[in-house]
Amino acid sequence: MAEEGQQHPIAIYLWIWGLLFVVSFFSYMVDYLGFQGMTRWTLILIFMFVKAGFIVAIFMHMQWERLALKLAILGPPVAIIVLIWLMSLEGAYTEETRVEYYGESTFEPEAPPHH
Amino acid sequence: MSEAVIEPVGTQGVVSDFSRDKQVFGMPWGKAMMWIFLLSDTFIFSCFLVSYMTVRISTTDPWPIPSEVFALSFGGDPIPLILIAIMTFILITSSGTMAMAVNMGYRKDRNKTFWLMTATALLGASFVGMQAFEWTKLIVDEGVRPWGNPMGAAQFGSSFFMITGFHGMHVSAGVIYLMVVATRVKTGFYEKRGGNYEIVEIAGLYWHFVDLVWVFIFAFFYLW
Repeated sequence: MAEEGQQHPIAIYLWIWGLLFVVSFFSYMVDYLGFQGMTRWTLILIFMFVKAGFIVAIFMHMQWERLALKLAILGPPVAIIVLIWLMSLEGAYTEETRVEYYGESTFEPEAPPHH
Repeated sequence: MSEAVIEPVGTQGVVSDFSRDKQVFGMPWGKAMMWIFLLSDTFIFSCFLVSYMTVRISTTDPWPIPSEVFALSFGGDPIPLILIAIMTFILITSSGTMAMAVNMGYRKDRNKTFWLMTATALLGASFVGMQAFEWTKLIVDEGVRPWGNPMGAAQFGSSFFMITGFHGMHVSAGVIYLMVVATRVKTGFYEKRGGNYEIVEIAGLYWHFVDLVWVFIFAFFYLW
């Protein structure tokens, strides 16, 4: 397979293409319908991972590649989860110390102008 | 390779691929290197997005509401995030035309490959055009600067310009890359090199990656 390159029926691309449209529409709807809090974040993440998964698996042909490549490419990014965890702790700590030493924000936001 | 060799699969295959006296990845070196480049690019974009997360968590000022900041009015009430939604759909469309181009490349249909790649590049160029419009609106009308803005935390501007700027640069580079490959497909450059159209798939990997990064930017910067 690898020697002749990736050849698959066109139908599968069209299906995934359509699916990406639908899921993108859903993720736009999350904002449009104004979901907030946990519901919003959960929906955003679900739709994001569904889209990312289909792009990598089908459009980038990862599902047809050998396990050696899958592990070599998809394995290392797992380390990013650790970075996210560390930096969210760090960010929360920074915010805490800012509030403690400088007090709560006195910033008065303006509404964005619209044209 | 003789017919009798059976390639092991699964974890056995991983061990065999890495330990046997052969190339690890059974693919052209250009494709393997593109994957490794994309892996490194994943880390670069992750660094941007993680720093954005960190400054957004650590600021005590309210974060500007993207839904309102990026709203656009077509005469009536402003529609939230509408331009970003259009840009998302354009990029997905271009990913679809690219996937078709790769398929046509392997079928050695040079004409269709050329036109599908050109369509992809044009969609990419229109994406960059819309981004330029978005930047202009943000800088000129809404007063967003890398060091501050009237709508909330100062870090909003620097995060926005770094992340979308770097992504836009990737799209622009991709447009040029696609047009170079498309022209070579059209003129028969690859016919002289054994009629191998793997290069279309390699260009496609890059383009799909640019779309992939946008999925994450859209989720974390615009929707969150």
